[in-house]
Amino acid sequence: MSALTRHIPASHSGLWAGPSRFRSLTEAGVGAFLLLCATITVLTTAGIILVLGLETLEFFEKSKVGLLHFLTGTVLNPEGGKYGILPLIWGTFQVAAGSSVIALPIGLLSAIYLSEYAPSRVRAVLKPALELLAGIPTIVYGYLALLLVTPVLKAIFEPMGIPVSTFNVASACIVVGVMIIPLVSSLSEDVLSAVPRGLREAGYALGATKFEVSTRIVLPAGLSGVMASFILAVSRAIGETMAVVLAAGMRPQITLNPFDSCETMTTYIVSVTGGEASYGSPEYLSLFAVGMALFLSTLALNLLSEIVLRRYREVYR
Amino acid sequence: MSLPEIPVVSASSKVPAPSGVPAPSPAPAPVPPEAGPVLAAYHLSVWYGTSLALKDVTIEIPRNQITALIGPSGCGKSTLLRCFNRMNDLIPGARTEGVILCDGKEITSPDTDPVALRRRIGMVFQKPNPFPKSIHENVAWGARINGYRGNMDDLVERSLRRAALWDEVKDKLHRSGMDLSGGQQQRLCIARTLAVEPEVILMDEPCSALDPISTARVEDLMDDLKSEYTIVIVTHNMQQARRVSDMTACLMLDEDSRDKNRIGVIAEFSSTDLLFTNPKDPRTEAYITGRIG
Repeated sequence: MSALTRHIPASHSGLWAGPSRFRSLTEAGVGAFLLLCATITVLTTAGIILVLGLETLEFFEKSKVGLLHFLTGTVLNPEGGKYGILPLIWGTFQVAAGSSVIALPIGLLSAIYLSEYAPSRVRAVLKPALELLAGIPTIVYGYLALLLVTPVLKAIFEPMGIPVSTFNVASACIVVGVMIIPLVSSLSEDVLSAVPRGLREAGYALGATKFEVSTRIVLPAGLSGVMASFILAVSRAIGETMAVVLAAGMRPQITLNPFDSCETMTTYIVSVTGGEASYGSPEYLSLFAVGMALFLSTLALNLLSEIVLRRYREVYR
Repeated sequence: MSLPEIPVVSASSKVPAPSGVPAPSPAPAPVPPEAGPVLAAYHLSVWYGTSLALKDVTIEIPRNQITALIGPSGCGKSTLLRCFNRMNDLIPGARTEGVILCDGKEITSPDTDPVALRRRIGMVFQKPNPFPKSIHENVAWGARINGYRGNMDDLVERSLRRAALWDEVKDKLHRSGMDLSGGQQQRLCIARTLAVEPEVILMDEPCSALDPISTARVEDLMDDLKSEYTIVIVTHNMQQARRVSDMTACLMLDEDSRDKNRIGVIAEFSSTDLLFTNPKDPRTEAYITGRIG
C-alpha cells in the first residue's frame, strides 16, 4: 500500500474523504431555497384563484343572479341590480380582436423582416426601437388615443357623415394594437432567429428564394414560439385597462359600430372600484365575478393555444 | 475508367513548380459544354471581410466523376465548395475574385441568378439537416418549390430508392425526418437533393457525423450516383478520398498566412491514384503520410 499512497500528495487526500458535512448541508439548503422561490408563484396563483372563487360564489348567492343570466344577460346596471355581463364580454372581444388584427400581422411581418431580411446594422437599430414601444406606460397610450387617434378618426370619417364618438372602440383597437406589436415582433424574432442556420442553407441549396425559405422553412419551424407570442399579445390585449378606459370609455353596450364606445371587463372593474360600491354589496362582489370571467377567458385561450400547438408544431431538435 | 488528361496545378506562386516558373493557368478556352469540365474556377480568391480565405485557386471539375477536396482544417475546402453554388453569398462580407464557370457560363457575374444555379448544383451538408417535416415532405419540398408538375409520390419513391433509403422508410413516410438515425437523415438529405434533379452534387464532409456503417452506405451510394451526376466531396478522411474519388485536390495553408489569418491554396490537383501514390508537392506528401495536418 505504501507504494501507492506515497504518490498521493497530502493536499489531495480530501478526494477520498467524501463530501464534507458542511457542503451537504449547504447544498440541501440551496435546493430548499430554490424550491421556495419556485413555489411562491404557484401558491400566489392558487391563492388568487381561491379568493376569486369564494367571492364569486358569494356574489351569486347575494345577487340572486343565475350563472346563465350573468353570462348572457345584455343589461348591466349594478344600481338596478342587473348583472348581465355580455356587453363586457363583447367589448373585451372587440378590443382584443381589433387590436390583434393590427398587431399580429404587423408584428409577425416585422419579425420576419428583422430575422431574415434586415442587414445586421438595420436590426441593431430597429429591434431596440420596437422594444421601446413596450416600455411606454399604457396610460400614455390612452391619452394618445383620446387626443390624437380619435381626432384623426373624426377628421376622416365625420366628413363622410359617419359620427365618431369621443370614446370609441376603433381608437382603442388601434392604440392597444400598436402597444402589443413589440410583444409579437420581439418574441417572434427571437424564435425565428433561433431556427438553425443549417435548415436555411438546406432550403437555399435546393434553389429556394429568400421568401420561400422564410415562409416555408423558418416560419413553420418556429411556429410554436410565434403562436406563444400571439397568445401573450392577445392576453395582454384582453387584460389591458388604462389605455382602453381612456380610448373606449365605460358604456356597457353591445354594438357593432366601431366608432361607438364600449366597456370591457377590465374597465368595468375600474369603474366599480372607483365608484361608491360598499364592501360586501352585490355590486362590490360583482368585481370578483367579472375578474373570474376574465381569468377563465385567458385560461381558455392558453389551453386552446396548447392544443393548436400540439397539432402543428414542427420539432427541429 | 480512363481519366482525362488534367494538368497538375500548382496554384501558389510561392512554391516553384518542378518545371521552373509556374505558368499562370490559361484563360478558359471556349469548349463545347458537354466536353469540358462541368465546373471550373480560375484564379479564384475569396475574402471574408478583409481577410483572405482562399488565394488564386484554379481547378477544373470533370464531368461524371467524383472529385475530392482534402487538406488540413481551415485551408478553405468548404469555402471553395461553397463558391460553386454561391452559398457564400449568404455570409455577410464574403467576396470573390476570379472566374467560376458552370458549363462554360460565368456564375459569379451579377446576371447569374443564384437561385437558378442552386437548382442545378445540389448540396449535402456536414451535419444532416432534414427539415422538421415528414419524410415525404422533406423530399417533395425542393421539387415543389421548383415547380415540379409530375406525380409527387412517384418522385419521392424514386428519389428515396436512389438514395438507398426507401426500404427503411417506406412504411413511415408521414413520420418526421428528424426521427431517423443520423445515417438515415443524411441519405434523406441526399434523396431531397436528387429530387430536384441537379447536375452536380456538392458534399461538404457528408460522413463526418456518421458511424462507419452509415459511411460505407453513403460511399456506395456516391459510387452509384456518379454515372449520372458529377460529385465534389470535401473530406477530412484521406482513406475516404482514396476509396471514392477519381480526382483529388489537396489544399494547403499558404506559407504567408499566420495563425490569425489562414489562407488556403491548392497544393496539388491530379488523379486520386497519382496523388496518393506519387505526390508531386512535398506538402501533399507530408499531409497524406500524416506528417502534417
